[in-house]
Amino acid sequence: MTNSNNDLIDYVTGLGDDSLILGQRIAEWCSKAPFLEEDLALTNVALDFLGRAQMFYNYAAELHNADLGTDKSVDRITADDIAYLRDAREYKNTLIHELPIGDFAYTMARQFLIDSFGVQFMTELVKSSDKTVSGIAAKAIKECRYHLRRSNDWVLRLGDGTQESHERIQTAFNQLWGYTSELFEMTASETALLTVNISVDTTVLRDAWLKQVSDTLKQATLELPKDEWQINGGRAGIHTEHLGQVLSELQYLQRAYPGLSW
Amino acid sequence: MNTPTPNLESDVDRLWSLLEQITDPEIPVISIRELGILRDIRLEGDTVAVVITPTYSGCPAMREIRQDISKLLSTAGFEKVLVETQLSPAWTTDWITPAGAKKLHDYGIAPPQPRGQANIRCPLCSSDNTKLISEFGSTACKALYQCNACLEPFDYFKCI
Repeated sequence: MTNSNNDLIDYVTGLGDDSLILGQRIAEWCSKAPFLEEDLALTNVALDFLGRAQMFYNYAAELHNADLGTDKSVDRITADDIAYLRDAREYKNTLIHELPIGDFAYTMARQFLIDSFGVQFMTELVKSSDKTVSGIAAKAIKECRYHLRRSNDWVLRLGDGTQESHERIQTAFNQLWGYTSELFEMTASETALLTVNISVDTTVLRDAWLKQVSDTLKQATLELPKDEWQINGGRAGIHTEHLGQVLSELQYLQRAYPGLSW
Repeated sequence: MNTPTPNLESDVDRLWSLLEQITDPEIPVISIRELGILRDIRLEGDTVAVVITPTYSGCPAMREIRQDISKLLSTAGFEKVLVETQLSPAWTTDWITPAGAKKLHDYGIAPPQPRGQANIRCPLCSSDNTKLISEFGSTACKALYQCNACLEPFDYFKCI
């Protein structure tokens, strides 16, 4: 196995993990959202993230299998194996994606922070020298923009809404803020891939992201939280206690009945 | 592709009209060609390669479309069928043909309109006096609108 392929497998798997875990989280709103239209919207957004995870995992599996060459003694893997048969420590999603859904304000605050980041990130990832990565990004960027329109609207509506909605979404931003710094950190794999123009240098995206977030929060009469604390570790497989709970639901069927298919 | 023999070319033509029969599982009035999902058909030896592209990343209809293609082609006598998914260039609503857009309209779904252009027109009473209810409708590719004139809710095929 070549090193550059290892880095690329790590990279696309991590991006797939972000999407899968968040998609699974948002899907928890299915049948429980505040009203029907919102129920549909949340599950549609969840579907976009699950689809994105599948594209990244398919590519990770393809790269992994290509490295096996003609070695017949080792089984080929699929996107499903990557999703269903890894434990929490092997998941490399950043922590903000795995946090519980909280109340509706919390869900939309997180969505807004991630969508704003997603638009910046995917705009750069489209330029990746890797054709598959760039193709996935080209697909994702359109969805990110659409998601952002909606989550941005909700931040305005809740922030500049009633006293209770204002308080709830302000609390949500305060609670989430320390998890955003991890979005702009680079792993060793990402740094290595940067030299061949495959990955995105996220460290330079923060200014544009912060400007967008600040503008919306200001318009929503909300206060931008202070950078007082930060938690990271997701890309290294060090997670909050919440990831195990997501996986226990996500992976239940394959763990209880290995190899089961529809 | 090498210069095709006349026979091969007619086979590809035949395949295009054959696959015209395959409709979107969620919107059965419009074919996958009219939606711009069907991108290419190639004959490679005795294998038919069909290239499709998803509208949205998580579109659950893709799996069914893939199965429909394989099933139809095998019924038509093509034994080796390869359905490839192409991600790039990413699908856009611009690929929906004018005939396809009309079918959407007649089915009660407002076809995509370029952004910034007037209001979305109600496919039922043709009034431009409509409002957005939700950015997402019954499927990922649609938004939910309501007509202020006839008061009917309707789906709008989002422009992306």
